[in-house]
Amino acid sequence: MPKKTKKTKAPVMLQKCLTGITGLDEITFGGLPKYRSTLVSGGAGSGKTMLGMEFLIRGAALYKEPGLFVAFEETQEELTQNIGSLGFNIKELIKNHLLVIDHIQINRSEFAETGSYNLDGLFIRLGCAIAQYKIKRVVLDTLEILFSNIANELMLRSELQRLFRWFKEKKITVLVTAEKGQNAISRYGLEEYVADCVILLDNRMDDQVSTRRLRIAKYRGSSHGANEYPFIINEGGFTVTAITSITLNYKASTKRISSGLKQLDTMLDGKGFYEGSSILISGPAGIGKSSFAATFAYNSCKEGKKAYYFAFEESVEQIVRNMKSIGIHLEPLIKKDLLRFHAINPNSAGLEAHMHDIQKLVNEFNPSVVIIDPVTNLKTIGNINQVQDVLALLVSYFKSKKITVMFTSLVTEQKGIEYTKTNEGISSSMDVWIYLQYINSDGERNRAISILKSRGMAHSNQLREIIISKNGVRLEEVYVGTEKVLTGSARLIQATKLEIENSDKESDIKYKERQIQIRHKKLEAEIAALHEMLEGAKDEITSLNQQKERTYNLIAESRAKISKIRMADSTKPKSEKNKSGK
Amino acid sequence: MLAKLKAKTKKAKSLLKNKAVPKKKTNKKSPPKYVLLLYVVGQTPNCVRAFNNLKKICEENFPNDYSIEIIDLLKLPQLAKEDQILAIPTVIRKLPKPIRKTIGDLSNTEDVLIGLDLRLGRSFKK
Repeated sequence: MPKKTKKTKAPVMLQKCLTGITGLDEITFGGLPKYRSTLVSGGAGSGKTMLGMEFLIRGAALYKEPGLFVAFEETQEELTQNIGSLGFNIKELIKNHLLVIDHIQINRSEFAETGSYNLDGLFIRLGCAIAQYKIKRVVLDTLEILFSNIANELMLRSELQRLFRWFKEKKITVLVTAEKGQNAISRYGLEEYVADCVILLDNRMDDQVSTRRLRIAKYRGSSHGANEYPFIINEGGFTVTAITSITLNYKASTKRISSGLKQLDTMLDGKGFYEGSSILISGPAGIGKSSFAATFAYNSCKEGKKAYYFAFEESVEQIVRNMKSIGIHLEPLIKKDLLRFHAINPNSAGLEAHMHDIQKLVNEFNPSVVIIDPVTNLKTIGNINQVQDVLALLVSYFKSKKITVMFTSLVTEQKGIEYTKTNEGISSSMDVWIYLQYINSDGERNRAISILKSRGMAHSNQLREIIISKNGVRLEEVYVGTEKVLTGSARLIQATKLEIENSDKESDIKYKERQIQIRHKKLEAEIAALHEMLEGAKDEITSLNQQKERTYNLIAESRAKISKIRMADSTKPKSEKNKSGK
Repeated sequence: MLAKLKAKTKKAKSLLKNKAVPKKKTNKKSPPKYVLLLYVVGQTPNCVRAFNNLKKICEENFPNDYSIEIIDLLKLPQLAKEDQILAIPTVIRKLPKPIRKTIGDLSNTEDVLIGLDLRLGRSFKK
């Protein structure tokens, strides 16, 4: 019979059974192998029972597949209590026979063994429940109890082999839990019989913080996520955070949201951030990262948006008090429930747990703006890669909800290390990176802001000075000289200097202007004199001409008179005759 | 007396063979000292062997003072859960109290006597 199912496997895709557990279905690409058995192995307290229970509960609640939980260790009361504390309404499921818990008691001291036997009683017991409640999913938690209570291991192993074959024939998806072995997957080598899928659970300590990890060691006939995935167990149950399951297909908004500072908005293409973008504000201690974040949150709330402030460093009261000192009054916003705070010690839980906390709270409140201050404190509970993964998950989550998120990040100044290095990893998932820095000069320490990156907009390349006063945060132009950037009083001095220079220049120009005017006038006068001279010359020429004409006339007249007197008729004066004849 | 007992065991055997509904074999007027329940699944070699062995042990150790009830889980599957039966065959000594349990085909008489603690007041008689 089992051969038949194997034959159908090759041409047809392996059928899968959705677990409904967040993240697990993603990394298994569709769930556990259907009608087959899966081994879940892990140490004490790694969450094996929880995973098994949730597999059944979700199967029953989401997919209407009745499940049988065969408990070798805990009684039904204990189990319902344990699971009940996780927020599932399993009483309802039990009442409707969608979840059946069967506690199998086995105690070596209660019986003796003589001669050969088999586990038909167990088969009948399971078969009875399966038939009665139309069971589709079975969890065996944990079969190893049998090994420690039954002496005849040889018989037990062959019986287990028979059991899993039997389940396959009955078309039941089985999940078996097992204690982790020292050098093997499970202590009693259950993986020999349950070879279709093996999931390893691990609860390890990293720097005094426990982190749960899940890995799929084997999945016959299917591809699967090969990494170790962090998972958490909280009141929402079992959640696997599969960083690789992030899909980069969120919609990009073109709407803009003000940074809360006009001058900063100007630096950001004049309009501020994109809605749903992730913003990183990094800088050394005391530079005003939180003030920027609070200003952003405050102004967003003033515009009627909701904001959620996650504080990993300071208490709510402290933040409120500190912001009050710079003229940002958060209290009324908190009272109006526009602004919510969640102050939590990063060491109180693992990274993934924090992430899910944040997601849960954000889901409840549905804000437009989220502040995480400071994100660097998360490094104390995970290495940079883990923080990076969690941030990537968070960012993708916020983007999917079109929430603009601002992270602050502490940069420790280290000689010889570029400041950007200290934010390596974090910045890659950020859309906007604002860098705050100190400028030390002339016995002063001043603050400056610059935008290292801002995706999708033409942003300013300017360094500006930050002024944090009673009236809040303000940005000022800085003076960039040939040698250095001037801030603080040096900037003021430079400003006055420039002013003086400017007024000097002005008077200079006025003087020159006057001189030019004078020269102009002089030239004009000269031109006028020359003009007069020219006129005079012209007059002379005309009078000369007149004189000449008169003379000619006189000469002609006198000649005529003379010839008249002489009575001469020489040819010569013919012309004169003609003239006179005229 | 012996014949009577033989008849009894024959009846038990026939019950087993016919997959009969379990039935207390108490033909005696006074209740027997040893009340034994034998859980079987049909007539597998193990089960038949177990019954034969059990009967033999009883006959040899306390004739006339026992009853064997055969419970076939194929007929009464719900008893697997109710009586917490995993291994087949299983013998339960219901009486005298406390309850004792032995699993297997009962091929080792000594183990059965120890396991079911059936040697009460008999160990020195032999």
